[in-house]
Amino acid sequence: MTGAPAGFRTPLSRARGLGAAKHGVGHFIADRVSGLALIPLSIWAAYAGLKLAAGGYVLAVEWLARPLNAVLLSLFVVAGFTHLRLAMQVVIEDYVEGFVSKSSLLILNYLVCVLGAALGVFAILKVALPGVL
Amino acid sequence: MVQLALPKNSRVGKGRHYPAPAGAKRVKTFRIYRYDPEGSENPRWDTYDVDVGACGPMLLDVLIHIKNTVDPTLTFRRSCREGVCGSCAMNIGGRNTLACTHGWEDTPGREIQVSPLPSQPVVKDLVPDLTLFYAQYASIEPWLHTETPQPQTEWKQSIEDRAKLDGLYECILCACCSTSCPSYWWNGEKYLGPATLLHAYRWLIDSRDEAAGERLDALEDPFKLYRCHTIMNCAQVCPKGLNPAKAIAEIKKLMVERVV
Repeated sequence: MTGAPAGFRTPLSRARGLGAAKHGVGHFIADRVSGLALIPLSIWAAYAGLKLAAGGYVLAVEWLARPLNAVLLSLFVVAGFTHLRLAMQVVIEDYVEGFVSKSSLLILNYLVCVLGAALGVFAILKVALPGVL
Repeated sequence: MVQLALPKNSRVGKGRHYPAPAGAKRVKTFRIYRYDPEGSENPRWDTYDVDVGACGPMLLDVLIHIKNTVDPTLTFRRSCREGVCGSCAMNIGGRNTLACTHGWEDTPGREIQVSPLPSQPVVKDLVPDLTLFYAQYASIEPWLHTETPQPQTEWKQSIEDRAKLDGLYECILCACCSTSCPSYWWNGEKYLGPATLLHAYRWLIDSRDEAAGERLDALEDPFKLYRCHTIMNCAQVCPKGLNPAKAIAEIKKLMVERVV
């Protein structure tokens, strides 16, 4: 907060802080690109979900075993978790104060999203490549 | 976590009531934030029933009327009284604006609430401490940076390049935009805020400036620049009708342009 005691530091020193981190544009681009990728992928996934809901288990396995479906669904999972990680990082940076709690949550966010993406892709491959996995 | 409630000693209590003078024909109630950090009391809301028939149409006219005729202890900043200096920026009816160019009749409701600009420390009553805000402005080095030897006459600029500064140079640093921005409330020490970033863009696109790269280097930071999430409060409240959010988006585009 701006009302925090500043001691004898000059206002300019407070404003400059530790300087610019010299990164941020990578996050900005990844956020936009994953968001754009998710537009067609989400529409496709919703359509596929509705279609599969009407069929049974065997139909779903057959559908997922097709290479195009497996690849698109993997991309959907990876793009989704990438976008989630980037967005959650912004929320944590915005609202959580304190170096320890903030960095712990950022690490946790990273690990949970990587784990989610890995589990999702593994599950898809397990169905798509029954003889291999 | 971020502070969602006011600390105990900042909670605003009920204050005094100043009734309208006898014989007042047109009365309007103003609820005004009062606080003296040098005293031991919590802030309070004082209510003034003002004979608005006896003062001018702007909210600043009402404040001056209260100070002159009702309560000389009321403290606020003002200078130009015509929207040029930015001194009388405050929160009127829940919206940051300039008291001198805001007609009190434009604020709906039975009573009009007036408080200092949000999120800044209070010097007294309606006067916020904008020290950090001004230091953030100074931190972007808002002057022409050149290495080429000074020309014999002036630095030349085409009419088209000069036109790019329109909508930017008019900012009067009243702080209405920055103090209306939630990102600035939560991370005001690290996020530069819309006003400072608007000025940063003003120097980035000045055709006479030779330090665009260094300026972008100094801004490329998850907090200094990228806390802007484009919620547009800044553009909505700017009393000069400027659009700081657009200027910030343009800076983000320049950041992408130099890596792509």
